[in-house]
Amino acid sequence: MTNTSVSEFQGCGAGSEDAPEARPAFLAVYLLLGIAFGVVLTRSEVLSWFRIQEMFRFQSFRMYGIIGSAIATAALSIALIKKLGLTSVSGEAISIQKKALGGGLRYAIGGTIFGLGWALTGACPGPLFALIGNGVSVMIVAVLSALVGTWTYGLLRSRLPH
Amino acid sequence: MLSLRHFGICARAAIRELHDSMRNLLTETWPWYMAGPMIGLFVPALLLAGNKVFGVSGNLSHLCAAILPGKVEFFRYDWRRVGLWNLVFLAGVVIGGFLASHAGATHDIAISAETKGALARLGIHDFSGVAPHELFTWHALLTARGFVSVVVGGFLVGFGTAYAGGCTSGHAISGLANFELPSLIAVVGFFAGGLAATWFILPFVIGRL
Repeated sequence: MTNTSVSEFQGCGAGSEDAPEARPAFLAVYLLLGIAFGVVLTRSEVLSWFRIQEMFRFQSFRMYGIIGSAIATAALSIALIKKLGLTSVSGEAISIQKKALGGGLRYAIGGTIFGLGWALTGACPGPLFALIGNGVSVMIVAVLSALVGTWTYGLLRSRLPH
Repeated sequence: MLSLRHFGICARAAIRELHDSMRNLLTETWPWYMAGPMIGLFVPALLLAGNKVFGVSGNLSHLCAAILPGKVEFFRYDWRRVGLWNLVFLAGVVIGGFLASHAGATHDIAISAETKGALARLGIHDFSGVAPHELFTWHALLTARGFVSVVVGGFLVGFGTAYAGGCTSGHAISGLANFELPSLIAVVGFFAGGLAATWFILPFVIGRL
């Protein structure tokens, strides 16, 4: 195996492996942001199996409006941050490492497999955890199963097409 | 004096209105044009806080690395350095879900009549709560359709996001907002898989199992 950096394959939210460990004060910030995200996922109803069904059946604009305007807001914010050359509160220069395309197969195959699971559970990873907070406690089993799935990928990784 | 009293009444009315709208913010369903930008703002918030890229599914790897890395090279990394911030964020998501669901009265998800009709024909009749009780309760877990929805579905979410290197947040939002081709391919895959499961697999799972 080639010497792949963590951020190249570890997936979303991996961060860079040489990034400094987050200081306790900042961990409180991430906790607060996470709480806010859990509230947003609940109030926007994107964690609902019913909303996901409505989306994949093309019977409402709602989910497309939410995802589209979320991407637009994030894109404008990133453009603004780059233009102003802002640094983070923790003092680092802000940079988003682009994902390596490679053969592209991992994105097509992995993406499709995740899509199947997204429709079956009616939840992507964020909502899966927010649902536990919402009292749908059986989703603890879905999370454990997702961990087994991730672990299985790690085990089979060298034998899968990427 | 009159104008001062008038001002007082106006101010009180305005404060009451603001209070009500804040209450509504915490208890009512948000329209899409409010929910979407709010979700999008987590990207700059995390970048500005500590140059972190918004994405939830990496946490599944971090949890594997923390709990049971075994001899699997994929999980042999310093999860504290790479992912502690994100695991703390994730803990917040659970807490936020708890707080939001306990603020105000709960109500049914107002999905379209077409969706309701289509799901009723498949055999979903309980539309209370955020997920149907026919599939997502501990009791339903012992049925074939509940097992497929929770256990098989969960496995595919974990395997697929690790394989694709991201989920809805990391690829669809962070990746597309940064104009990355890998993320576009992944998102096309998300919808291909989601549509296939919705139109071909779920009718069998809910209707026949």
